[in-house]
Amino acid sequence: MNIRTLSFKGGTHPPHSKEATEKLAVVKAKSPEVVVIPMQQHIGAPCEPIVKVGDEVKVGQKIGEPKGFVSSPVHSSVSGKVIAIEPRLYSGGAKVNCVVIQNDMQDTLSETVKSKGSLETLSADEIKEIIKDSGIVGMGGATFPTHVKLALPPGKTVDTVILNGAECEPYLTSDHRLMVENPQAVVYGLKALMKALNVSKGFIGIENNKPDALEAVYNAAKDEKSIEVVALKTKYPQGAEKQLIYACTGREVPSGGLPADVGVVVNNVGTAAAIAEAINTGMPLVQRIVTVTGKGVKNPQNLLVKIGTSFREVIEQCGGFSGNVGKVIAGGPMMGIAQYSVDIPVIKGTSGILILTEEEAKLPEPSNCIRCGKCVNVCPINLMPLLISSYSLLDRFDKAEEMNAMDCIECGSCSFICPAKRPLVDSIRVAKREITAQRKKAQSK
Amino acid sequence: MLDSTMFRVTSSPHIRSGETTQRIMLDVIIALLPALFAGIYYFGIRSLIVTIVSVVFAVATEFVMQKIMKRPVTINDLSAVVTGILLAFNVPSTAPLCMVAIGAIFAIAVAKHCFGGLGHNFINPALAARAMLLASWPVRMTSSAFLTPGTDAVSSATPLAALQAGMLNGMSGATAATATAPTVPSIMDLFLGNVAGCIGETSALALLIGGIYLVYRGVITITIPVTYIGTVAILSFILGGFNPYIAVYHMFAGGLFLGAIFMATDYSTSPMTTKGQIIMGLGAGILTALIRFYGAYPEGVSYSILLMNVATPLIDRYTMPKKFGEVKRSA
Repeated sequence: MNIRTLSFKGGTHPPHSKEATEKLAVVKAKSPEVVVIPMQQHIGAPCEPIVKVGDEVKVGQKIGEPKGFVSSPVHSSVSGKVIAIEPRLYSGGAKVNCVVIQNDMQDTLSETVKSKGSLETLSADEIKEIIKDSGIVGMGGATFPTHVKLALPPGKTVDTVILNGAECEPYLTSDHRLMVENPQAVVYGLKALMKALNVSKGFIGIENNKPDALEAVYNAAKDEKSIEVVALKTKYPQGAEKQLIYACTGREVPSGGLPADVGVVVNNVGTAAAIAEAINTGMPLVQRIVTVTGKGVKNPQNLLVKIGTSFREVIEQCGGFSGNVGKVIAGGPMMGIAQYSVDIPVIKGTSGILILTEEEAKLPEPSNCIRCGKCVNVCPINLMPLLISSYSLLDRFDKAEEMNAMDCIECGSCSFICPAKRPLVDSIRVAKREITAQRKKAQSK
Repeated sequence: MLDSTMFRVTSSPHIRSGETTQRIMLDVIIALLPALFAGIYYFGIRSLIVTIVSVVFAVATEFVMQKIMKRPVTINDLSAVVTGILLAFNVPSTAPLCMVAIGAIFAIAVAKHCFGGLGHNFINPALAARAMLLASWPVRMTSSAFLTPGTDAVSSATPLAALQAGMLNGMSGATAATATAPTVPSIMDLFLGNVAGCIGETSALALLIGGIYLVYRGVITITIPVTYIGTVAILSFILGGFNPYIAVYHMFAGGLFLGAIFMATDYSTSPMTTKGQIIMGLGAGILTALIRFYGAYPEGVSYSILLMNVATPLIDRYTMPKKFGEVKRSA
């Protein structure tokens, strides 16, 4: 294999903690009795339910119609009967409108689920339309609607598509397993994205702590002249969009700008595989690979889970809790969201369910900042987290803004490394929220 | 069935590195041990007694101050221990114990806690205390107080004082240094620390070992020590009449290694970025060389570092790193 190894400046080295699941093949999770499908699983406007209580639905049938451009449709992951449409708690922390479906266990396919043809015959616009109709969103966790990424603002052109296979979050192995077990789908999805955007250069970036994934994807892309598989140094946050673009192309996305500003569109490898599935079989995004792991679960696994399955059922399939559980996290330990309840559904962005023991979940008491500068050294954006944080804690959000608080990508490297255990990224988040609120206020005046 | 307990919810990240303030301070203490052993070896057991007194009073002062100010007591972070050791390293082994105690109290109470405690002091507490002691007890802190290593005899001069005296007497630095006068030690003695001086400053070798350990442990980077010592060496070479001997002599003499490795790198009082640290090293180096060559006082390290401490907020302001993405927006 002739693979370049690339990286970015800054970053940190949290323990990988991927040993528990990185060698485990993806297993199909049991079909749940009931699915709870949120009408908002993406960044943007929520969907309007287009089914009523009592309706029969089929697998792959659209049940939520997007309202607005930045939105994405929602489909049923099971066949059965709609038994409720009501607000339910989801992993975003709030309650959103959900369609609750009683599974009839028949897995009857919707008539709409059929092959859309081949890449050779589909036009760029047809590919974009398939992606939009299949409810495909960024599956790395951010869940930005993919078709919106592909709709470039007038005047912008892109020449490169990058697939993100870094999976730099500790513990998570869902992308890893996907790349090992189904590299063809990843490459196919990339080719679809490249055709949709009419670009001739594609990258697939994979951290070099996953040599088997690198090899599998490299072999799958061997005959594709326009696709380069690159190894990325194992360093957090290697999979952060702007850091990944810099590593692959040497281009710096301008502050406040989008990847398209430097001619690049980035998608997760899981998203690419979902696109391949949508084109080949016509199945919209109704299931995903979820890594269930951590010391707090008996049998860590990579499960293929139907969207809407509750965390509770998924954890029970992994043998249930082990020991004293302190935290249940949707996503990885660096950027995932801690959940107070397990009665929430798996959604399109649920890359992992991480269960930490009481011991691991304890956060150390913060002490005085000793100005060691470690947070400055690890910040991938070259910010001074200690200063932004201290301004934020003093409610001096104007000064925090001057110190470029809004450029923070909230990767958490600063809080991770801090020897004084200060709540750096937490307080920067507060500052960002305040600054955004003040900007909105200023605009509305 | 899983029970329906409520789990802990906090903002991410949910894992933290093993680095702690206490571990960093412990590393500094470990790095200071070779120099302490050298001090005991050359100046006797009293070096240890002075160090213990300094540490005990520093820690006790921290405890009392935090009690008085109703703040959490943080003596476990070991930062007061570090200050105590550094202060002891900056006084002669003959220093009266009450003087050392007053220095330790001043360092912690005034230089550290009056400005907000750990991380908020704007000058190095140990150096501030040394400056205070030097102003208050000049005789106890200068030439007549220094022992000749291995003896109980009071030495007439430290290496830098001897060099300066030679220069003032009209001899060129070169002749003073190469003359066989007993007051001017050899380079090897300077490197090993077999010369008159403060407890922890004489052995460049021992301090270097500690410095290498700190760099290995990632506690400090080499930026400040290398630019600082390098600047002093180059300027001494030039100001000393392009004499390499003088340059090497100045590198190993006085408190340069102690200052450059352990004091100028103090987190609270030195710049955070590499660019800022280079300025810190250059500035302290220039000041040290100027004081040593043109000042009345032979040692220049502590005042140079104190002056650069005061300049640190300014340096930090002007060396803010360029943020990622601060590039021209493409049309």
